[in-house]
Amino acid sequence: MKEAIEVFKTGVYAPAPERTPVHVAARYGLFIDGAFHEAEAGGSRPVENPATGERLTETAEAGEADVDKAVGAARRAFEKRWSRLPGKERGKYLYRLARLIQERSRELAVLESLDTGKPIRESRDVDVPLAAAHFFYYAGWADKIGHAFAGRAVRPYGVAGQVIPWNFPLLMAAWKMAPALACGNTLVLKPAEFTPLTAMALAGLVQEAGFPEGVINIITGGGEAGAALVGHPGVDKVAFTGSTAVGKAIQRGLAGTGKPYTLELGGKAAHLIFEDAALDEAVEGVVNGIFFNQGHVCCAGSRLLVQEGIYPDFMRRLEHRIGTLVMGDPLDKNTDIGAINNAPQMERISCYLAEAREQGLDVWQGGQAVPERGYWCRPTVVRDAPMSARIVREEVFGPVLAVQTFRTAEEAVEKANNTRYGLSGGVWTDKGSRIFKVGSAIRAGVLWANTFNKFDPTAPFGGFKESGIGREGGWHGLQCWVRTSAKG
Amino acid sequence: MERAAYPIDSVGVAERTKRFQARSIKAESKAGGLLLALTMLDLTTLEGADTPGKVRQLCGKAMTPDPADPGLPRVAAVCVYPSMVRTAARMLAGSGVGVASVATAFPSGQSRLKEKVEEVRFCVEEGAGEIDMVINRGAFHAGEMERVAEEIRLVKAACGEAHLKVILETGELGSLERVREASDLAMEAGADFIKTSTGKISPAATLEVTLVMLEAIRDHYWRTGRRIGMKPAGGIRTAKQALHYLVMVREVLGPEWLCPELFRFGASSLMNDILMQLRKMRTGCYSHPDDLSKE
Repeated sequence: MKEAIEVFKTGVYAPAPERTPVHVAARYGLFIDGAFHEAEAGGSRPVENPATGERLTETAEAGEADVDKAVGAARRAFEKRWSRLPGKERGKYLYRLARLIQERSRELAVLESLDTGKPIRESRDVDVPLAAAHFFYYAGWADKIGHAFAGRAVRPYGVAGQVIPWNFPLLMAAWKMAPALACGNTLVLKPAEFTPLTAMALAGLVQEAGFPEGVINIITGGGEAGAALVGHPGVDKVAFTGSTAVGKAIQRGLAGTGKPYTLELGGKAAHLIFEDAALDEAVEGVVNGIFFNQGHVCCAGSRLLVQEGIYPDFMRRLEHRIGTLVMGDPLDKNTDIGAINNAPQMERISCYLAEAREQGLDVWQGGQAVPERGYWCRPTVVRDAPMSARIVREEVFGPVLAVQTFRTAEEAVEKANNTRYGLSGGVWTDKGSRIFKVGSAIRAGVLWANTFNKFDPTAPFGGFKESGIGREGGWHGLQCWVRTSAKG
Repeated sequence: MERAAYPIDSVGVAERTKRFQARSIKAESKAGGLLLALTMLDLTTLEGADTPGKVRQLCGKAMTPDPADPGLPRVAAVCVYPSMVRTAARMLAGSGVGVASVATAFPSGQSRLKEKVEEVRFCVEEGAGEIDMVINRGAFHAGEMERVAEEIRLVKAACGEAHLKVILETGELGSLERVREASDLAMEAGADFIKTSTGKISPAATLEVTLVMLEAIRDHYWRTGRRIGMKPAGGIRTAKQALHYLVMVREVLGPEWLCPELFRFGASSLMNDILMQLRKMRTGCYSHPDDLSKE
């Protein structure tokens, strides 16, 4: 009796794994023209579970011939079927896909956590419901596109080439696919090589929803497959989410081709905590801002600027809260911090931390036990990091928070804006007027006040400066998928 | 209105409490949590219709929660009106179960200070080891903070050795910032415990209000080194709810607070649900509600 009570008081929570059974095939082909095909060259690539290092499956490796086949299928589908369908009919397919995602939500969440290492609490409560919400939202636009741009005629681009990252595989697929399809485009989507599982499951749902063949094609492969897709002359519009380095390479490659593109790239967002902020709620927002999805979030709040009068108090609360985060099995319902998504990313984060330690920076980590297998990084705080340090300037894309102090609002804004990125920002204050004043001075596409990392399909998302070009979500998201011209 | 000394964002608080509710407490964690909740119960009856007989029945249950499982721990205390203290004290003498009494013109507090203090003395003389007082909400809302604090100090003095739980009646305070203010005031004035509600008005205890009070207790501890106890009361009816509260205490204050000396549940129907869940864990099946006694 006493022991049981002691276990609750001081032990870890008993395992509470999500047990929904999922099917993972031994091998996945390329989803082209409504069916799965082997790659022409026959190559394949293993996919591992980052929490254990175990092999999950393997995927066909798309080459140029496969990309050509997929783009050809998308072209035929665009010309023969999709562009001829009334918007209302396109909307029906999107609604159907949205409902299928909802019906299979638990299964998709488990697949997502297996493949990415993210906690099931997040894939269940954020990734999957938001993905469904995006399809629902843009399904509603499908028959209204003609009225969306006052006085302008609109038509789709044609075939979209879409390349998405490994941090939110299903959600990013939804962000890319839903508006493109609603506007009447057909598409070829390439998920990241580390995280193809939910895209493959989505291909199954596309079949179930009865989409005309070739409207949605999903090909797997690495950077070369992505480059082949982006550079294919049959692709009318490129949309990419990923690193700024790759985004720049895409820009260079497309320069002079006349092919339009939208890019959603990196970030190095700052939280500004003013001394009148609701401190415990701000701590919570900072924790969610940087440790959500192990910090693999382009809009993560990876810099923390605290007004100097509350600095020690705030840090004590923050470190106390970090101590209660549970790290471990992504499929356990109590897990707050899962595994680092893939080996190269683990290496990158470790390099940043090693360098910070070499520089003599104050690197503090939570006391979480690190599992023996897989890729893990404890929640990390770098205190008093100088503005010039790489860990302050560059996107670490991991659970690493760089902390600095400020005295005046002007100083805070200057520090927040002193970055090549401009994707998001957070202002924490009890004073309404300060939210507007400081908020409008921060050069970022998304600004949260007294909250962080809140997403909704109706709200546009995108970056300033090196964080990208174009917007996803809301009415603004339609602009990236139609050509507008004067009404004749 | 003057700026809050400690700003609180109610949206953020609600969001935080959802995280506690998302914790999945299974197997040995669940068993430990339920047993712990049992030891933290202030088994309560506060009705006009209370009789010595009813109080004796409640005391029996407090000492032997489930005769089918004699190994179960006793509850922390039985909480009654002043007129029932003697009955309860006789029944519980030597059992390890405490006697708590509400006092200070509970639940409204609408009486003269002299009578309130007198009532506290009476309860202690009758054998109450714990006093649950209500704060003077009229004075609190009128901004007469010193008057509220002085009442608490005088009641504390009248308590002598008895422990003092100060009821804020959070359902009447209007905002979480006011809850925080009242918590700080009560702790400074000498409360051993702070308690959410009388259970006589709605809303009574909520996770949001309790979180704000726990954070006040944590900050008070960081500031003074003194550990103050917490008692949510009213509206906690299921074992699952109780586990959410315990998860919150564990993560906000730490394991030191997970003991009856520093955390209590003020409840009546909660007990049977805990017993039902414990039986389920022991036998593998749910018992009929009528298999458990209803006092």
